[in-house]
Formats: sequence, C-alpha cells, structure tokens
Amino acid sequence: MTTVSEELRNVAPEKLAVEGVSKTFRTQRGHVHALDNVSLNVREGEFVCLVGPSGCGKSTLLSIIAGLESTDSGQVLADGKPVTGPGRERMVMFQESALFPWLDVLGNVLFGLKLKPNLTGKERREVALFYLKLVGLENFIHANIHELSGGMKQRVALARALAPNPRVLLMDEPFAALDALTREQLYGDIQRIWAERKKTIIFVTHNVREAVCLGDRVVLFSPHPGRIQEKFEIKLPRPRDINSVDLAKYSTEITRALKRHLKPETTEVAE
Amino acid sequence: MTPQQIAERATTEPRWIRWTLIALALAFLALFVGLPLAAVFVSALSKGWAVYFAAITEPVAWAAIKLTLLTAAIAVPLNLVFGVAAAWAIAKFEFRGKQVLITLIDLPFSVSPVVSGLIYVLIFGLQGWLGPWLQDHDITIIFAVPGIVLATVFVTFPFVARELIPLMIAQGTEEEEAALTLGASGWQTFWRVTVPNIKWGLLYGVILCNARAMGEFGAVSVVSGHIRGLTNTMTLHVEILYNEYQTAAAFAVASLLTLLALVTLAAKSAVEWRVRQQLKAARHSHDEDLLT
Ligand SMILES: Nc1ncnc2c1ncn2[C@@H]1O[C@H](COP(=O)(O)OP(=O)(O)OP(=O)(O)O)[C@@H](O)[C@H]1O
Ligand SMILES: [Mg+2]
Repeated sequence: MTTVSEELRNVAPEKLAVEGVSKTFRTQRGHVHALDNVSLNVREGEFVCLVGPSGCGKSTLLSIIAGLESTDSGQVLADGKPVTGPGRERMVMFQESALFPWLDVLGNVLFGLKLKPNLTGKERREVALFYLKLVGLENFIHANIHELSGGMKQRVALARALAPNPRVLLMDEPFAALDALTREQLYGDIQRIWAERKKTIIFVTHNVREAVCLGDRVVLFSPHPGRIQEKFEIKLPRPRDINSVDLAKYSTEITRALKRHLKPETTEVAE
Repeated sequence: MTPQQIAERATTEPRWIRWTLIALALAFLALFVGLPLAAVFVSALSKGWAVYFAAITEPVAWAAIKLTLLTAAIAVPLNLVFGVAAAWAIAKFEFRGKQVLITLIDLPFSVSPVVSGLIYVLIFGLQGWLGPWLQDHDITIIFAVPGIVLATVFVTFPFVARELIPLMIAQGTEEEEAALTLGASGWQTFWRVTVPNIKWGLLYGVILCNARAMGEFGAVSVVSGHIRGLTNTMTLHVEILYNEYQTAAAFAVASLLTLLALVTLAAKSAVEWRVRQQLKAARHSHDEDLLT
C-alpha cells in the first residue's frame, strides 16, 4: 500500500531529500550536536545556498549528503534512493581544496576523468583543458600544487569537481580564498555552467550577498545545535550581478534574519 | 640586518673555539667510525683479491649469503604489509586499544634481540609450548630456516609502521575523501591516493627494515643452531669464521655487510630528504587549513 505522499514522490522524485537528519560528534572533550533534525528538499536543477555562522554544521551536512559521513538518525535520498556512500554523481568541492600534491594541476583534473570508462585519453585531456581554461588556469597546467596560491588551488579544485560532469555539486565555501575580482568572474561562470548543464548545486557560504547572487533559495542555519531556521526564495532574474540594488535588498533582509536567530557573540557573517 | 648576519651574531664564540670543536668531532668520528670502516676492507683484502673472492664464493659462505637474502626477501614484504595496515588503522580510525597497539609496535625496539630469539625458542622449540604438536606434524621451526625468518620478522616489524604513522596522521583523510567522491573505489583510492602520498616514507622504512633484516645477529643467533651451509646467515657466518681465526675470510664476508650499510646510508639520506619535504608539505597544508 502506498500513501499519497509516497505516490507523489514516485511521480516527481526530488533530486535530493534530506529527511530529519541528526548528527552528534563524540570526542574526548565532549559531545557536539552538529545537526538537529535537518530536513531539506532540493529539486532537480535547483541552486540552493546554505548560510550560517561558523560551526553550525554546514560542512557536516554536505559530508552527509555526499555519503562521506553517516547520520545518527534520518536519511538522505538521492533520486529517491538512500545515500549509503560517496559516488561520482554527487561531487564535493571541499572547504580545504584537498588536491593531490604529487600530481600537477592537469593530473589533478584528470584524476576523476581517468576513473570514468568510455573516454579516450585524448578526450580526457580535452575535457580537463576545457575546465582549466574555464577557471583561468590554462597557463598553469603543469604547475606543482605547492607552487599555487590559495585561490589558484581552489580553482583547480573547482575544475577537478566539474570535469567528470556530475549531476549534483556540493560546494563548501569554494570561493572564500579568492580575491573579489576572480570571485565575481566565477559567479558568472558557475551560473552559466549550472544553467547550461542543468546541475543541481548546494553551495555553502558565509557571504550573504554571494548566496543571494547565486541561489534560487537561501537556507539559513543556526548553531548549537545546527538547525534550519528560515528558507528564502530569491526571485531575481539571471544572470545576476552581485552589485545590483535588488540583490542588496534581499541580502539586507537575510542578514537581518540571521542576526535575529543568532546570539550576539556568534555573529561573524559578512553581508 | 639579514637573517644570516643575525645567525653570525648569535654564535659569538671566538673562531678558535669553533674550529677546535669541529676538529675534535672529526677526530672522534675518524677514530671510531672511519678507522674501523677502513680496517674492515684492509683486513678483508690483507691476503689479496684471490683469497677475498674465495672467501665470498666458497659454498658455505654462498649459502649464508643466500639465506640472508631469502630472510630479507620474506621479512621485508611481510613487514611492509603489516606496517601499512597498522599505520593505516592508527592514523585513520579511532578505536579502543590504539595506544596499546602503538606501544606494542615498539616492543621489538625495547627488548633485547636475544630475548626476542628466546621467545621463539620458548614457543616453537622442542621443549616449547607448541613443540610436541609441531613434532607430531613433522614441522621444524627452531634451528631451521622458518625460525630465522620468524625471529627476523619480529625484530624488524616496527621500522615501516614507525615511519608511516606520523606521516599518515599529518596527512589526514581529506585527499582520500576527495578521491572517493570523484568516483574511486576503496581499492583505487588506496593505490592512487594513499600509496603516492606515503611512498617516500614507505621507501625509507623499507630501507631501514631491510638493513636490519640482513644485519640482525642476536635473535637469529639464538634460533639458528649454527648449522653450516643450512642455517647460517651472513652475520653468523662471520662470527664462526672469526672464532676459527680465519680473519681474512671473516672480514671478506663482513665487508659485504659493510657495503650494504654504506648503500643503505646513501639511500637513506636521499630518501630522508624527500620524506622531510613531504612531511613539511603535509603539515604546511594543514596549517593553511587551520588559518582559512
Ligand atoms: N570529525 C569531527 N569530530 C568532532 N567534531 C566535529 C567533526 N566535524 C565537525 N565537528 C563539529 O561539528 C560542528 C559543525 O562543524 P562543521 O564543520 O559542519 O561546521 P561549519 O558550519 O561547516 O563551520 P564553518 O563555517 O566554520 O566551516 C562544529 O562544532 C565542529 O567542531
Ligand atoms: Mg565548514
């Protein structure tokens, strides 16, 4: 017997469904209640931004969606099926770039492509070069990872995550270490890739403006324990300019909401 | 002031003190390391090259060399697998008894090799715990090759694990996780991420492990039984020759072990440098993570 809601889900499955996920870390120094009953549905092709102060469990949620971390209760469904482990259809771009230092820039981008069957070596190289060009590193393809700046590392990580063409991208503060100019350029690029390639993106950031610029929805987290407080629909036409006035209105509203949900000492979110 | 000038300022001792100290250190080194090293080769060749080669190629010596190589060929790969597995478990997982495991890994370092050998005699020897059972099944371990291999494995098992544990802890799990989300299986992640990440540390551990496996004397001496041509390793063979006053022959075989030591030292310094770079890189990238 199927209930009505199950029937509906079968008709139009969510791309990602986070259902009542809780997570507590147990360490020698005590327990950290990182996530408390978090539920979030993400439609196919949606761009969702997670905003919240440091330590509210955003990275943890991303790891759980990626299948790298287990839940204490609740579950994550991807295309209606429970997530049990990591996989290439849900690509993560980590907060720390987590590049492979024994490979050069090109080797890093090729890593995921080499794990994909039915591609010739030449095709792999072309794809890798395409994405390296996209992130503006075409002149550094043989550079050592140690020789790159923090921002350049993030761009390699972005290219590496995009290259295998995942349906879902989980991005953890990918642009935090970049200068404003590169960042603005990448806002444009990421929106273009997202629209052209119909990707579903969950994007974590501390920057409310960034969230409003990129997201169809902005989800607000509060810490201790990590909970979803509010969700905002951003109804602005695309492509969006981060410096536009309409965008600023949204970001003021969201920043105000954020401050409302926070204890004063934990406000460290940039507008 | 440049850093160099500061460094020069910091060492304010007069020049003659510095030179005296250096000269003293060098003289000491020459007396206690250089001289014996030279003595080995001089004594080995004291009766000419013909005697030297005869001593090395004589069947009993040759058997000892082969046994030493065989022992190392078994002990080193075994400890390589054990070392990687132990370091992996310690660096990447939290579990009960982790501290005990780390302490146990150091046991062969802290116990005298003679005791290590005796432990095996106690377990596998005729009078030992498993002795009667082994005899019933026609298995000889003590005073035979298996005993020598076992004792060597025991004595050398900390080398690889000790080398890898700090390296793997410093490196963390981010890179492995990245590989998993890029679609790698557990096996692919191990070969394409973990192994390249630790390869210099691994090589370093293997070099040290090999040197010890070939050079081990105490533990092997206890379990070997000194049967010429059968259970004599190179170190034991040297001792026998020496006890029989065949000095030139003893030093000829010893010179092979000395050469091994020199090669090990050279390889060690080369690899050591790479390991330090790698550790620095791992720590460095971690510090960066903490800062951002
Ligand atoms: N592996 C772990 N072991 C123990 N505690 C952890 C672990 N991972 C995260 N935590 C704790 O869980 C909480 C949430 O961490 P998380 O990294 O998800 O925060 P975040 O929202 O991503 O923060 P930031 O914005 O600073 O990246 C923190 O208090 C953190 O200390
Ligand atoms: Mg985080």
